[in-house]
Amino acid sequence: MIRLESKGEPSRLFSYLSPVLAMVLTVGTGALLFELMGKPAGPSLYAYFIQPFTTLYGASELGVKATPLILIGLGLSVGFRANVWNIGAEGQLTLGAIAGGALALAFYEVETPLLLPAMMIAGVLGGMAWAAIPAFLRVKFNANEILVSLMLTYVALLLLSYLVHGPLRDPDGFNFPESRLFHDSATMPTLISGTRLHWGAVLAVLAAGAIWLMLSRSMLGFQLKILGDAPRAARFAGYREPKLVWFSLLLSGGLAGLAGALEVSGTVGQLIPTISPGYGFTAIIVAFLGRLHPVGVVIGGLTMALTYIGGETAQIEIGLPAAVTGLFQGVLLFYLLACDVLINYRLRFGRRLAIG
Amino acid sequence: MRQFPISRRFATGLIAGAAAVAAVFGAPFGVDGASTAQAQDLKVGFIYVGPIGDHGWSYRHNEGRLSIEKALGDKVATSYVESVSEGADAERVITQLASSGHNLIFTTSFGYMNPTLKVAKKFPNVKFEHATGYKRVDNLSTYSGRFYEGRYVQGVIAGMMTKTNVAGYVASFPIPEVVRGINSFIRGMRSVNPDATVKVVWVNSWYDPGKEGDAAKALIDQGADIISQHTDSPAPLQTAENRGVLGFGQASDMIKFAPKAQLTAIVDDWGPYYIQQAKAVLDGTWESMDTWAGLKEGMVAMAPFTNMPDDVAAKAQETLDMIKSGALHPFQGPVVNQAGEVVAEEGTVLDDGVLLGMNYYVEGVEGSLPK
Repeated sequence: MIRLESKGEPSRLFSYLSPVLAMVLTVGTGALLFELMGKPAGPSLYAYFIQPFTTLYGASELGVKATPLILIGLGLSVGFRANVWNIGAEGQLTLGAIAGGALALAFYEVETPLLLPAMMIAGVLGGMAWAAIPAFLRVKFNANEILVSLMLTYVALLLLSYLVHGPLRDPDGFNFPESRLFHDSATMPTLISGTRLHWGAVLAVLAAGAIWLMLSRSMLGFQLKILGDAPRAARFAGYREPKLVWFSLLLSGGLAGLAGALEVSGTVGQLIPTISPGYGFTAIIVAFLGRLHPVGVVIGGLTMALTYIGGETAQIEIGLPAAVTGLFQGVLLFYLLACDVLINYRLRFGRRLAIG
Repeated sequence: MRQFPISRRFATGLIAGAAAVAAVFGAPFGVDGASTAQAQDLKVGFIYVGPIGDHGWSYRHNEGRLSIEKALGDKVATSYVESVSEGADAERVITQLASSGHNLIFTTSFGYMNPTLKVAKKFPNVKFEHATGYKRVDNLSTYSGRFYEGRYVQGVIAGMMTKTNVAGYVASFPIPEVVRGINSFIRGMRSVNPDATVKVVWVNSWYDPGKEGDAAKALIDQGADIISQHTDSPAPLQTAENRGVLGFGQASDMIKFAPKAQLTAIVDDWGPYYIQQAKAVLDGTWESMDTWAGLKEGMVAMAPFTNMPDDVAAKAQETLDMIKSGALHPFQGPVVNQAGEVVAEEGTVLDDGVLLGMNYYVEGVEGSLPK
């Protein structure tokens, strides 16, 4: 019989080292896997993890791909600290994209520098509105926010599908389900010419800083932590749980909505039936990979972005199948959870109760 | 032993993580990858919307890629990226292909249109070929198959084989391409069976075996005894096989998935076109153009007629030959829409412009088109 036994106070050093350890184990497993598939491990790993950095375009794409992951991951990590489980960031992102995109289309030929900021604000509000539904239901009826937020994702995707098939469809587009391309005034300017890295990346870094300040320096951050770690103590201390639930969901929803508005104005440039290749779900991994810490989330977002872009590079250069990307991500999360367990607990064999 | 101090967070985290992994793991395992592109005369890149193991759309494009390798041998190297979503990722993958020395790039899904156009403008020396779109520039061609011709033949077979006079149609997205296929199918069906109707279920995906199979079940429960599909997996056909009704394969011959149910299948044959375009780049004769080829040119082909009596097979073959020779057009007048209005008079044919933008059902289709 195998039991898990708490080590008491876990090592702080190892708790931070755990993702690094998981990454090393993932790379090792990857090398073994490539060899078994008959592909040379060295060049495969090079194509996967190094080559994306070797060109300016590749490196900038890392930022493009990581921007939505970081923005969403930041919001989710705040909620996860407080045991508020927003699994529906994908839906909130979609609503943000709809709100921002609809505004861009409504003011199609209006040249004004106010349009882009207005689109971003609309995106934030759209995401917040979608997250307000699970918040209200949880606070009012104690409805499980995991299920409500997840289910609302599918509603959001169908709403987007309806809009691009109907009211927002390109009038000159042969009835294909996509909006017209946004006007220049609704397109997020890039930071480096020749790349797609846009101002959203700067916003993501600023958001990380702001959330770090909020968590480490404010009473609100402290309350969120206590609510997550010791809900009874939080209630005893008189913290108002409903307020914290509302805050967590609105914050994560707003950031996801911002990510959606940035995607349509920064990289896609129009409304299409699928805005996000699952950023809202991948950001859950990012939040855990980043130890629910803002700086960690930034690193986690870049790491996940690398697994995607590296996967594409490995397909082009080595001919590895796309499934390797998913496999890498799954293996990484598995090792991370395993490392966490083994850092916090020790394995005990046999039936005897340990003393101490 | 102490209590698990973070049990709820940890357990929920595990579930959330597992959900995330499940979401990330959209695609099933692909088979072994492409040959590595090295310094050859011509490097051809492909980008697929689904996994090459979908047995349908992306699988057939990949077969086309392999036929280039077979036909041109050492002169050419190919590579591909599969399961690329039609949003922001497509532009990056196409850019990576263009900047890593590929001179000819096939982008094989409608949603890649604007990303392909953007990249084509940045790489004027690279030739691009976009499937099923309508935007062209000097280094960007478009191509597609007249799949509706094959659907008409399927409709004729369905009209003769059905006992309930109801066919079920598992459809992906209400875009002109798919609507045209449904209309052509019911027109073929009604040409031999005026009482026939078709019921449509939209699954809003090109490739989702679970949803596709469920849609087929729902259609069979509503009385359909023939299942047709415009989604990429064999799931609807397999459902037909399990429930003892008949159906058609999509994009490739799916007889091995449904030996007792498949009547025929539309087979996309991109190979000859891909070889022709690759040769044109090698010869320096490549030009931007639009190709919309059908049964006559061989881009659309039919799998053998199986599981049907000889007279039905003979009628199907006759229809096929008539479409090939031009004696029959699936949309020759009179064409009547669902509301009973004549949209093409006797003696006229709906032209390609109308067909490309088709956004209405013809008579015989049940339900209304999602707007």
